[in-house]
Amino acid sequence: MSQGQRTDHRRRGRGDSSPHPSRDRVLVLPGEELPSQGLKPGTGTYRVGGKVYSSILGLLSPQPPFVQVIPLSGRYIPKPNDVVIGTVTDCQGTFWLLDIGAPRWAPLHMTGTPWDVEIGETEKFLHVRDSVVVRVENLDPTGRIGVTMLGDGLGKLEGGTIVTVSPARIPRVVGRGGSMVETITRLTGAQVAVGQNGRVWINGSPDAILRASEALRLIEEQGQRRGLTERVESYLVSTSTSTDRGPEAAARESAHRDAPVTRVPPVGPADERPDPEALGPGPDEY
Amino acid sequence: MGSVGAKDVPVLLSPEGLRIDGRRLDELRPIRIEAGPLHQADGSAYVEWGANKVMAAVYGPREVHPRHLQQNNKAVIQCKYNMAAFSVDERKRPGLDRRSQEISKVIAEAFESVVFAEEFPRTSIDVYIEVLQANAGTRCAGLVAASVALADAGIPMVDLVPAVAVGKISGQIALDLKKEEDNFGEADLPMALVPQSGRLVLLQMEGHMTPDELSKALDLGVEGCKAIYAKMKQALRDRYTVDPLPAEAA
Amino acid sequence: MTAEVTAEIRTAHLLDLAAEGKRLDGRGPDEYRRVVVEPGFVTTADGSALVRIGNTTVLAGVKLEPGKPFPDTPNAGVLTTNAELIPLSSPVFEPGPPQPGAIEVSRVVDRAIRAAEAIDLTRLCVTPGEKTWVCYVDLHVLDHSGNLIDAAMLAGVSALAHAVVPAKRFGIAESDYPLDLQHVPTECTFIRLGDALVVDPTFDEEQAAQGRLTVATDETGRVVAMQKGLVGAFSPDDVREVVRRALVHGDRLRIAARGGKT
Repeated sequence: MSQGQRTDHRRRGRGDSSPHPSRDRVLVLPGEELPSQGLKPGTGTYRVGGKVYSSILGLLSPQPPFVQVIPLSGRYIPKPNDVVIGTVTDCQGTFWLLDIGAPRWAPLHMTGTPWDVEIGETEKFLHVRDSVVVRVENLDPTGRIGVTMLGDGLGKLEGGTIVTVSPARIPRVVGRGGSMVETITRLTGAQVAVGQNGRVWINGSPDAILRASEALRLIEEQGQRRGLTERVESYLVSTSTSTDRGPEAAARESAHRDAPVTRVPPVGPADERPDPEALGPGPDEY
Repeated sequence: MGSVGAKDVPVLLSPEGLRIDGRRLDELRPIRIEAGPLHQADGSAYVEWGANKVMAAVYGPREVHPRHLQQNNKAVIQCKYNMAAFSVDERKRPGLDRRSQEISKVIAEAFESVVFAEEFPRTSIDVYIEVLQANAGTRCAGLVAASVALADAGIPMVDLVPAVAVGKISGQIALDLKKEEDNFGEADLPMALVPQSGRLVLLQMEGHMTPDELSKALDLGVEGCKAIYAKMKQALRDRYTVDPLPAEAA
Repeated sequence: MTAEVTAEIRTAHLLDLAAEGKRLDGRGPDEYRRVVVEPGFVTTADGSALVRIGNTTVLAGVKLEPGKPFPDTPNAGVLTTNAELIPLSSPVFEPGPPQPGAIEVSRVVDRAIRAAEAIDLTRLCVTPGEKTWVCYVDLHVLDHSGNLIDAAMLAGVSALAHAVVPAKRFGIAESDYPLDLQHVPTECTFIRLGDALVVDPTFDEEQAAQGRLTVATDETGRVVAMQKGLVGAFSPDDVREVVRRALVHGDRLRIAARGGKT
């Protein structure tokens, strides 16, 4: 990467000197020096001798007072308050271990559930291979990921299936203000719950699940391209059958909406989310 | 090395200063790198370098197996370099031999020198290198593939780590030896560079060089690494940059 | 990326789909993934082939070396098949000595090659009772995205089909000559998902499978090897049905084994 490109990028938003005024996303690689005048090293960066470098492959994303790099690949890195979807890998005396796609398995303690669990009886409530929606509560320096099932929309998942996408694609799966999830839900009749860890739960008729999964695959493959919403919409409209739009589907959808699991929010607290724009083109490019 | 008395010692350097494959002394073999060819791994890369073909995959950071290897303050980096039975002229018996274990160790230590392992305590970052076709320089090709795979897996690190071997043929220092040069040459010096710091994190040597020759070899190796570095970066850019006007997927 | 533990609801969903004659990747129950064979991938081998079935990737290499015949078959060459399910190819494989899964793959492929008499082992004999060619078929799994047996078999037979006996290099004959196949065996694997028999399973489908049945056939229409695997059961009618379909898929795979695309 030339010095010139980096300088252009630092002036993002002005558009006066950038060769790509409409696409100010810059891919950076480990070891590349970042434009950092006046900025502190943020996530995905490190500092040596007054210079800031990228430590990961990702998109440069200055968020004053920090310069940071948003990863484009890799495992899910938990953040407090993230709502995630996990699968039980082990039952212990007082807790279950969950695979949430993170570097480590996350313990869900029996006191973090709405159930009255006796010590040694965790298996009465959740088995290995059961799936749950939980919230990341705390992270400690040893890498332990504390999760809880206490809260709105959290609980065990029944029915449907889980589709895995790259955690880096989650902002595009959600869309601006939840628009992408809304599009998929509206055009398939499926319910969709998005975990920040890249696991997406879809429920509905087998056909609705298939079409929603395919929409997710499109987002996964083409998440950086323009016109993504239109592509997904045109795919879903073109595969739509009359039954999906009929009263039956509507009734099914509404029935699902009343089920407890449907209260799973598609995203966690808004202030914790990365801005979808930070990962992709602006609204005019959708 | 050390094929003294072997029959048919080839002429490694022509009077015009060209090598058996027509390269100059400071020229690399053709190299092609592909990032992310595998679907089960967290990160992967495939490298064709001269007649070498090497695949690398990275899994993790993930839970450590076996558990006693777990470290409380950082990720443990485990590397397995392995040669396929058919990768060499005489079939290699499957399984780890002493050479593979040594190479695995020095490559793991090279990556431990650059990966921010303290970000992932009590986990394992597993690096697998499979040599599918060998023609001298497989540890460097494997290290290059693994480094691209680590970046593809989103692992935080100081820099990508390019590597190359420098050797001595017909009394001359030469970059990136191929098999005949390695077999009949006088020295072999594989190295891996961290471009950000300018330091070497893998360095081995076998054969004989004067201190002056060694000094020249180090300079030549660093230049070679920089050329490899550019190819590594391009491979990652090719995988993660999407053209603005894409062709429709079939 | 595959989680080491497959969620129960994903398995249940695959069963729901199968009951409607559908699959997660849009294929029909009797639809094979795209097959690509690249012969001659490794020049250090005497024969080789890289095979892709969907994302599943297996590289086979054939090596021939002079050796001693077995005492009970003094006029025949020696064939050795070995599969390596290396941890590079899947999070479920661990480093170390071959696991039972790897041994099963190599033995099922080995049986089909032998029973179909794919290579004429007597042609590999150099001096009866003293010297013969030892033929190693090494199967290296690079990407385990399901149905390893079919992919390993196709890679192995394709590598053999393109193999050259290195007689000149070992000073046994004036020139090298092709190994030549007498017959071309292929494996075709089905799994049971509920009442459905589903061909060429993906990794996820194998996790949901209620039994796996592999049938090896050759170009003459013979059944030359079978293997029932995983937990589950098949009725005799299931077996008849799988054999009938395996013969159809086998003809397509045999075209691929010669280096064609399907």
